[in-house]
Amino acid sequence: MNDTDALKNPGVQVNSGSDSLLALNDVQFHWPGRDGFTLSVDSFSLDYGEKLFLKGPSGSGKSTLLSLICGIVSPDSGSICIDGVDIAQLSASQADRLRADKLGIIFQQFNLLPYGSMLQNVLLPLQFSHARRERASASGMPADEARRLLQRLGLAVEQHARGVTRLSIGQQQRVAVARAIIGNPRLIIADEPTSALDADNRDEFLKLLFEEVTHANAGLILVSHDQSLASRFDRRMEISEIANTSLTGAA
Amino acid sequence: MTTFLLAWQSLGNRRTTALLSVFAIALSITLFLGVERMRIGAKSSFTNTISGTDLIVGTRAGSVQLLLYSVFRIGNATSNISMDSLDAIESRADVAWVVPISLGDSHRGYRVMGTSNGYFEHYRYRNKQPLQFESGQRFEDLFDVVIGAEVALQLGYQIGTSVVVSHGIGAITGKKHDDMPFKVSGILQRTGTPVDRTVHVSLAALEAIHLGWDGGSQSSGFRIDADQVRDMDLQPGSVTAALVGTKTRFGIFQVQRFVNEYKNEPLTAVLPGVALQELWSIVGVAETALTAVSAMVVLTAILGMVTMILSTLNERRQEIAILRSIGAHTGTIFSLLMLEAVILAAGGILLGTGLLYGLLFFITPWIEQSYGLFLPIEAPSLYELKLMGLILVIACVVGTVPALRAYRQSLADGMSVQR
Repeated sequence: MNDTDALKNPGVQVNSGSDSLLALNDVQFHWPGRDGFTLSVDSFSLDYGEKLFLKGPSGSGKSTLLSLICGIVSPDSGSICIDGVDIAQLSASQADRLRADKLGIIFQQFNLLPYGSMLQNVLLPLQFSHARRERASASGMPADEARRLLQRLGLAVEQHARGVTRLSIGQQQRVAVARAIIGNPRLIIADEPTSALDADNRDEFLKLLFEEVTHANAGLILVSHDQSLASRFDRRMEISEIANTSLTGAA
Repeated sequence: MTTFLLAWQSLGNRRTTALLSVFAIALSITLFLGVERMRIGAKSSFTNTISGTDLIVGTRAGSVQLLLYSVFRIGNATSNISMDSLDAIESRADVAWVVPISLGDSHRGYRVMGTSNGYFEHYRYRNKQPLQFESGQRFEDLFDVVIGAEVALQLGYQIGTSVVVSHGIGAITGKKHDDMPFKVSGILQRTGTPVDRTVHVSLAALEAIHLGWDGGSQSSGFRIDADQVRDMDLQPGSVTAALVGTKTRFGIFQVQRFVNEYKNEPLTAVLPGVALQELWSIVGVAETALTAVSAMVVLTAILGMVTMILSTLNERRQEIAILRSIGAHTGTIFSLLMLEAVILAAGGILLGTGLLYGLLFFITPWIEQSYGLFLPIEAPSLYELKLMGLILVIACVVGTVPALRAYRQSLADGMSVQR
């Protein structure tokens, strides 16, 4: 139901001709209330199921770009289409719903709510997205789906009901993958998910992430400084190739 | 439901500070409601100091002044009313009874009141309760004394104790009527009214001890034996005031008009209920101040709670960013923080009310015993429920401060928390 809500809205342009999962065109943005910093994207697209490695130093506009793609902030002009829906045309709450339905997001660390068990953390996105809840219930109860995911990610069943505060960072990041992937969102966005992990954990994490993303047939944008990860991806880009940032008008 | 669960779990994660906040609010609510109960209890005790009496008659004076000296034994009458006037009132068909009161003497700081045995029959307090004897009985002998509970307790008097009445008011200065000692015949139960602090004697006895007295001193060489006095005519010529009961409610106003328009002597008749209300409006100011202070305490507790929520906000930015990332609206974040304030305040109100009842259960008998203040343990009144509602509304309003802040923070943080 949530899936089609945005489509029914007459103000929303549905770019049904496009075969991209994600397409940004002529995007202009500046942070409200912050002087000077502007970001613009001429043209950028990501195919369905494509895995993109995005490299960029801090201050390159990385978090701004991700905020735009996630619909947390809205551009001043231009279009940002996700799965055919222009997020720039949506109201804030419609954008929130689109994010809940279509995106899975993994942070650098501290991905989990300190209260609640592993299982509760994984099931959380389903409370905000009817579409993902339906998909997660396709083969039984959502909790069963969550348990399957966690097991595939190497987290034993007896841990599932426990709190998350005592988990290692590696384990926390894997729970975050399960949460991002449950209910099969179209696009997974991971913001430096391996930077807090050691080398062994990093490789293991990446392997599991790739398996799950491929399994769900989702697109992946992974942002990292770590060039050694880049070879496994379908495509590698620098943030500066996508977005132009400038500091104008600053005192 | 989801939001409520999240707020609940998030609070559970910060159990200690959350419980402390709830406790602070609970204590303030207990104080506030407790003070309100005391205030209302004190007011009803006060305004029920005298009931069952339809009119108080005295010499021409303001109603509060008449009430003060006749019921509260504070101050003095400017002049007496004659027995003839009282007889005229008593002989009216619509008057059921008249109880004369005569004041002026004291016993070790407690006022001595001359009256008739009718006083014990007709004086009523709080919901028309009659005076009850703890021990002993009414006046039988001329020199019998009936004392209030406070007098008995403070002076350690028992049935049969000798009492010497001082002339005039004051613990030390008055000259003593030591030629005619009285004997305690009865001790009254505690009432929480000025009756507890009164030494009651018969009018005749009061007349007897003043035989041979002229103004403030005893005439020299004029001493009468206590036995001699019993044979004399001890009907007083005048009294200080009188309590009057009428046969019908309508009679009250007829008698009042009769007294106020009485030709032979300037008299006043007041309705005790009206005069008590008038007097309360004067002494009630202190109670209002107490209420104001306890209201401040409640506000302080609510502010403390909001400060607690605000102080956790920074460390919870990540929590909020996570919720946003999985699709929570900014409105959800706002209501999440609001709900926390409401849960804490509601918890505080419930716990505070529980504490109040627990406390009332234990201290009510003691308060009634020691202060004569009667606090009924009953369900929260509509007024109290309104107060609780108001406190909750205030918590909501103040709760918007952290809620708005979290809302703005979640907008500004975007996808990643700036640390």
